[in-house]
Amino acid sequence: MNPAPSVILFTTLSGLGFGLLAFLSAGLVEVHGLHAFFFWAAGYALAVGGLLLSTFHLGNPQRALLAFSQWRSSWLSREAVAAVATLLWLAPVALSQWLGFDWPPFWGLVGAILCAATIFTTSMIYAQLKTVPRWNTWITPVMFQSFALAGGAILAGQKPVALVALAALAVVQALVWRIGDGRFAQLGASIGTATGLGSIGTVRVFEQPHTSPNYLMREMIHVVGRKHAQKLRIITLLFAVVLPLMLLVLAPGGPTALLCAAALHLLGAITSRWLFFAQAEHVVGLYYGAR
Amino acid sequence: MNQPRIDLSPHVSDEIRKTTCYMCACRCGIDVHLTSGKVTYIEGNKDHPVNKGVLCAKGASGIMQVTAPSRLRAPLRRVGPRGSGAFEEISWEEALGLATAWMKPLRETAPEKLAFFTGRDQSQSFTGWWAQQFGTPNYAAHGGFCSVNMAAGGIYTLGGAFWEFGQPDWDRTKLFVMFGVAEDHDSNPIKIGLGKLKERGARVVGVNPIRTGYNAVADDWYGITPGTDGLLILSLIHCLLAAGKIDLAYLARFTNAPLLVNETDGPEKGLIVKNAESQPFVIDKRTGKPAPWDGQGVQPDLGAVWQGHRTVFQHMAERYLSADYAPEQVAERCGISANRIRILAAELARVAFDEAIEIDQPWTDFRGDLHEKMTGRPVSFHAMRGISAHSNGFQTARALHLLQIVLGTVEVPGGYRFKPPYPKPVEAHPTPHFVSVPGKPLSGPHLGYVRSPEQLALLPDGSPARIDKAFSWENPFSAHGMMHMVIPNAHAGDPYRIDTLFLYMANIAWNSSMNTAQVMAMLTDKTAEGDYVIPRIIYSDAYASEMVAYADLILPDTTYLERHDCISLLDRPISEPGAAGDSIRWPVVTPDRPGHEGVRGFQSVLLDLGVRLGLPGMTNPDGSAKFKDYADYIVNHIRRPGVGPLIGFRGAGGDLEGRGEANPDQMQAYIDNGGFYQAHVPQEALFYKPWNKAYQDWAVATSFYESPQPYLFNIWSEPMRRFQLAAEGQGFLQPPDHLRAQIRQTMDPLPIWYPPFGEAAEAEYPLHALTQRPMDMYHSWGTQNAWLRQIRGKNFLYVPTKVWKQHGFDEGDYARVTSPNGQIVVPVAHMAALNSETVWTWNAIGKRKGAWALDEGATEATEGFLLNHLISELLPEKGDGLRYSNSDPVTGQAAWFDLRVKLERVGKRDHSEPVFAPVSRPVPKGEGRT
Amino acid sequence: MTTLPHSTTKKLGLVIDLDTCVGCQACVTACKGWNDQGYGAPLSDQDPYGAAPSGTFLNRVHSYQITPEDAAPIIVNMPRSCLHCDDAPCVTVCPTGASYKRTEDGIVLVNEDACIGCGLCAWACPYGARELDAAAGVMKKCTLCVDRIYNENLPEQDREPACVRTCPTGARHFGDFADPQSHVSRLSAERGGMALMPELGTKPVNRYLPPRKKDVMQASPLAPLLDIQASGFAGWLDKMLGKIG
Ligand SMILES: Nc1nc2c(c(=O)[nH]1)N[C@H]1C(S)=C(S)[C@@H](COP(=O)(O)OP(=O)(O)OC[C@H]3O[C@@H](n4cnc5c(=O)[nH]c(N)nc54)[C@H](O)[C@@H]3O)O[C@H]1N2
Ligand SMILES: Nc1nc2c(c(=O)[nH]1)N[C@H]1C(S)=C(S)[C@@H](COP(=O)(O)OP(=O)(O)OC[C@H]3O[C@@H](n4cnc5c(=O)[nH]c(N)nc54)[C@H](O)[C@@H]3O)O[C@H]1N2
Ligand code: SF4
Ligand code: SF4
Ligand code: SF4
Ligand code: SF4
Ligand code: SF4
Ligand SMILES: [Mo]
Repeated sequence: MNPAPSVILFTTLSGLGFGLLAFLSAGLVEVHGLHAFFFWAAGYALAVGGLLLSTFHLGNPQRALLAFSQWRSSWLSREAVAAVATLLWLAPVALSQWLGFDWPPFWGLVGAILCAATIFTTSMIYAQLKTVPRWNTWITPVMFQSFALAGGAILAGQKPVALVALAALAVVQALVWRIGDGRFAQLGASIGTATGLGSIGTVRVFEQPHTSPNYLMREMIHVVGRKHAQKLRIITLLFAVVLPLMLLVLAPGGPTALLCAAALHLLGAITSRWLFFAQAEHVVGLYYGAR
Repeated sequence: MNQPRIDLSPHVSDEIRKTTCYMCACRCGIDVHLTSGKVTYIEGNKDHPVNKGVLCAKGASGIMQVTAPSRLRAPLRRVGPRGSGAFEEISWEEALGLATAWMKPLRETAPEKLAFFTGRDQSQSFTGWWAQQFGTPNYAAHGGFCSVNMAAGGIYTLGGAFWEFGQPDWDRTKLFVMFGVAEDHDSNPIKIGLGKLKERGARVVGVNPIRTGYNAVADDWYGITPGTDGLLILSLIHCLLAAGKIDLAYLARFTNAPLLVNETDGPEKGLIVKNAESQPFVIDKRTGKPAPWDGQGVQPDLGAVWQGHRTVFQHMAERYLSADYAPEQVAERCGISANRIRILAAELARVAFDEAIEIDQPWTDFRGDLHEKMTGRPVSFHAMRGISAHSNGFQTARALHLLQIVLGTVEVPGGYRFKPPYPKPVEAHPTPHFVSVPGKPLSGPHLGYVRSPEQLALLPDGSPARIDKAFSWENPFSAHGMMHMVIPNAHAGDPYRIDTLFLYMANIAWNSSMNTAQVMAMLTDKTAEGDYVIPRIIYSDAYASEMVAYADLILPDTTYLERHDCISLLDRPISEPGAAGDSIRWPVVTPDRPGHEGVRGFQSVLLDLGVRLGLPGMTNPDGSAKFKDYADYIVNHIRRPGVGPLIGFRGAGGDLEGRGEANPDQMQAYIDNGGFYQAHVPQEALFYKPWNKAYQDWAVATSFYESPQPYLFNIWSEPMRRFQLAAEGQGFLQPPDHLRAQIRQTMDPLPIWYPPFGEAAEAEYPLHALTQRPMDMYHSWGTQNAWLRQIRGKNFLYVPTKVWKQHGFDEGDYARVTSPNGQIVVPVAHMAALNSETVWTWNAIGKRKGAWALDEGATEATEGFLLNHLISELLPEKGDGLRYSNSDPVTGQAAWFDLRVKLERVGKRDHSEPVFAPVSRPVPKGEGRT
Repeated sequence: MTTLPHSTTKKLGLVIDLDTCVGCQACVTACKGWNDQGYGAPLSDQDPYGAAPSGTFLNRVHSYQITPEDAAPIIVNMPRSCLHCDDAPCVTVCPTGASYKRTEDGIVLVNEDACIGCGLCAWACPYGARELDAAAGVMKKCTLCVDRIYNENLPEQDREPACVRTCPTGARHFGDFADPQSHVSRLSAERGGMALMPELGTKPVNRYLPPRKKDVMQASPLAPLLDIQASGFAGWLDKMLGKIG
């Protein structure tokens, strides 16, 4: 799949944002007043910014409101609804923390669950797609949650949680690759089943339907940097997990170290997400002999 | 569930205008939808006999052709050096004045100094007539580089050929065998026909080195080695003869098999024995005595020997029964196992004889014998350039016709059927006319069918009368002329120099020339005095093709929806076996090139020029124009009494068919009829046309002949034997000595096979290199179509598995391809379903930078390529100081497919070679849709 | 509308005969031509005369080479357009309801007025049947020529998809798969109509007829009339002509 920057940034930033918001909302971070304002603002900025970025790849963003209508069937619609609902729900919680209203924690707990739910809906946009076997597995939502948890924990300054979450993330990420690498084969789709001609013999492309590229090829059959996947996986682990972990453990606590750890982690998350797209093969590629 | 309400019956268009497609010579009927005066959609005309509603990829995207940014917009005069493409726009008055000033003196002093060649012309009966009026012997269209082998092989043997002259009986045939066909002119009819066979589950066999397209859907594929079809076919004949599976009755009645071949040494040897009235005769089985070949009740004896003369049948059988033609003998050379050859022969015999069909339709033959039924042998064949574009193609085409004949499957139900005005025996065709007299028209048509050396187009000194050397000893039967030799000969001044080269619709500085780079050099070459060697070039194109850059004067044509045209029975009509047909085009939209001088239909321009030159047929005695424009000519021109360009709606009342006075309302009648007309063959005349009295009478009534012309198929070709005799020293007209051996060999009166001349290079160049037409592109001119160029904007050289592995090729690789004539560097791709000695590519995808209003970075110009650079119009030197043309020695057909090459891997590249400097643009680069 | 109808009255679709398709691309440009001026936004082309032209097509014809274990390699041409799946994932993923499957005939359509151009439906389609138009920013797909097949402004005989109407070999057939007696149902049953990538669970309506078995011509070689070596040509001639004697 084409690793479009807008989609990569959308999923990573909003994941990070909702992760942070979840921590804030759950009341796990001791913040008040302006301090709280900044934390919440950061959470909102990441979540909303991510969502806004996601509209960049729309052909007709002016109709985006329609995307709230199909929550009964569409994960993308659910995501839109969930994100907005969550952000709305969290507003009073944020106000309460900022202005010290001390409203009952129930609102916040629900808010945290909503954050998780939103992240889940985002992940399901991908996980639901049978056409992209690498994504179409239970581990995809787990991965999205893991990144949100780890990133949120770092940003929220929750060192112990962060340490555990990062360790867990490493395991999840490894699993993601492990499972993902075998998914296409598991599905059993091949150029033979795609064309229905596999029973005759070995099927190969003779000529592409068009010598000039098209939307499908750009969007779904995009092959970029798969050669470097191994290296990028190491970079992912290094940045998303190892370096932040080391920073958290070795560096003296304080906002600078946290921010550095978060930044490193975000880089790792982006690399991971880039790989998530770049390594994902869509079954339509079979028609073009890709795979 | 509330789903959106949609309009299921939207308004489609304001108006439909019915005319004829032009993106190839198939000439399908189209419905052009117009909305607010603009073309919005084009679909097939369901009532049209050619396409019955279907359209091909080109036809269905015709809208992109009429809106192409590459359309020329005004007459152009060259201002830069020739080939640079630098032009200025001039007015039509200036352009016509200039052309007249150039041509008029030629007509008055030396008409042959005008060479008028018309490429992919669909109005040859008109352009040829114009050239005749001008008086130059130098006229032809593209047939010589195209498929004259097929046309001539058919005419000399059957009186009709594959291609536009006949087609399989698609509704009845049970076994269909195709030799060397990728697309052909009859594009949609062949596809419709294949569809019918598939629907019925009839067997389709493809004989072709390459298994794409029609051959991909064939049930059985014979991946033959190029150039060896003749051998395969003669081997099939061998098998049939050895097994006695031939149609003796058919051979005896309808072919020259029972005629006697003169065995007496001397000037008559090998000619058909004639009686005192100079008529051939047969031995009647009932009496054992000579009898007229067409006598009532005569039963010709195939086994007769009369005064030592044996029948053609015996000569034929003896030759092909020879062990030389046994499958085991030819298998390796053909690349097909002996067993598969035998299987094909057996299947041909089985279907022809065991599955014979009958139609309850009595008919009377030319001998007056009444037949109760029409018997059919449901085996049919089709062949095209795969056999035709080789230097042994004429004889191969003859061999294939012989195979049809021995199976008795020509003009019978289930077999191959002629389309009126065919059949037309050699004798019914004109011979070439070539004697030019200053200020006078030529005495008859340029092109024709030579029957003996006296009819060659030679000057009194024995040198060729025509610039292309057609109808000379080198290629006596060059019935379509030899367009591919015009530029090389004019450049060499051999046989003489010309002044003005007038070209229409031929991209001959690019894809229709052999040796493209050298042809460009010839066109721009200058004499010591600094003049161009070919002094003047006038060209008519509708688009900014590569050729435009090489002309001094451009006469911009309209596109196909903007003009009148006439697809006439006088040249290449749209007939079906069951109906003669012709059609028209008419301006369904008005040509408009805002801000420019505009374009004019070329035929109308020719008429205008004709009047300025005072050409007789088109000028009144007072010097005024006889015809207002081409439309006027189409309706009012009379070729022979009662016969004009169109057969429908003739006579003052518009109710006559075939013959009748001109009808002033004829054009409108055609338009109202959907753009075409059909004259239906009567029921009892539908088969056995050459011998069927009813057909002969109908053909006379419908104007194809002046009197009935029954005839026998020529298994033994007397015209050929006459040339062999000359080569053997008989007769007063003698070929030059260096051609004697070639003529003796290749003008064999019975079909033979000899290796194509290209094989001489076999040792160093182990591979055959071919091109195929893509179904979605028409030569060079599909590329300007933005939809089609997305489908096929570059080409690859397809390499068979064995060669792919041998060279260690990898996806994305390029190869250096070398032939005796040059080298190119091109992208390769792997193809398994391919003869293991053959590489190939799609024809004419490569483009010159700057042409066709495309960006210079267009893939067609960077990665796309032509094989033409590797092909030479001359064969490599043989050391006798003479150069022989790379053509079939009988017809002059360009031997495109004789090409041999070798490959070398060069790894990854991003552009093909050679690279030519861009040409400047006569129209701006295309930006978007207009 | 993004939920799928439980069932549709008709199931309109195509049968495409891979034994007959010669890969001529006529259906490709006929489709482009019709839909360029029909349902919804035109099918745009970017850089049409430039170095890298690219445009929207609703139907593309692939060409495959197949090497059987023990027979000659073959080439099969394969047009690819929307299969109007019964279980169309492209519909259920759509966030706006723009994608829907018609209850009356099962045609899967995009309501372009509601399409935000998110592209998700194209991701969900296994068959590459959807292309986002770069100029209009809306999703384009085969409409089964819904604006032709019921169009009262067209003569009865023209109420079929543009690609079917134009296909020169007659390799494309249009009809109702819900009716077991329809031409398409029977063709599919007789010739073993295939559903593409059944493992994706989309239940395509369109069917592809597989190529018939190739290169199996089996006539037993012809027996010679007699031993020509022994009899000579004269013997052959006697034997041969004796037959009509
Ligand atoms: N390597 C290789 N080369 C080949 C062949 C091959 O098989 N292999 N095939 C050969 C054969 S058979 C042929 S017939 C030739 C064909 O070659 P050409 O006859 O050169 O055919 P086109 O490239 O179609 O060029 C025709 C020209 O007509 C112009 N044209 C199109 N429409 C109109 C119109 O309405 N009016 C006017 N005035 N001009 C118009 C086009 O713009 C174009 O410049 O190619 C030959 N070249
Ligand atoms: N779409 C489209 N249609 C066209 C044209 C076009 O450019 N585009 N051009 C028109 C013109 S001008 C012409 S002349 C016709 C030509 O129509 P075709 O005769 O179909 O011409 P080619 O495409 O040259 O195909 C020649 C075929 O012969 C095969 N072949 C080559 N050598 C041999 C051989 O030795 N033996 C056998 N058995 N096969 C061999 C090649 O593989 C190829 O399949 O098409 C006409 N129709
Ligand atoms: S075959 Fe195609 S290009 Fe040729 S006339 Fe017919 S529709 Fe036009
Ligand atoms: S083919 Fe693709 S676009 Fe068409 S219905 Fe099926 S999933 Fe949807
Ligand atoms: S691109 Fe349009 S039709 Fe497709 S899912 Fe998005 S909104 Fe729906
Ligand atoms: S049915 Fe209509 S929209 Fe669909 S592929 Fe055919 S022509 Fe195109
Ligand atoms: S029009 Fe028919 S034969 Fe041509 S590619 Fe399409 S389906 Fe195949
Ligand atoms: Mo040709």
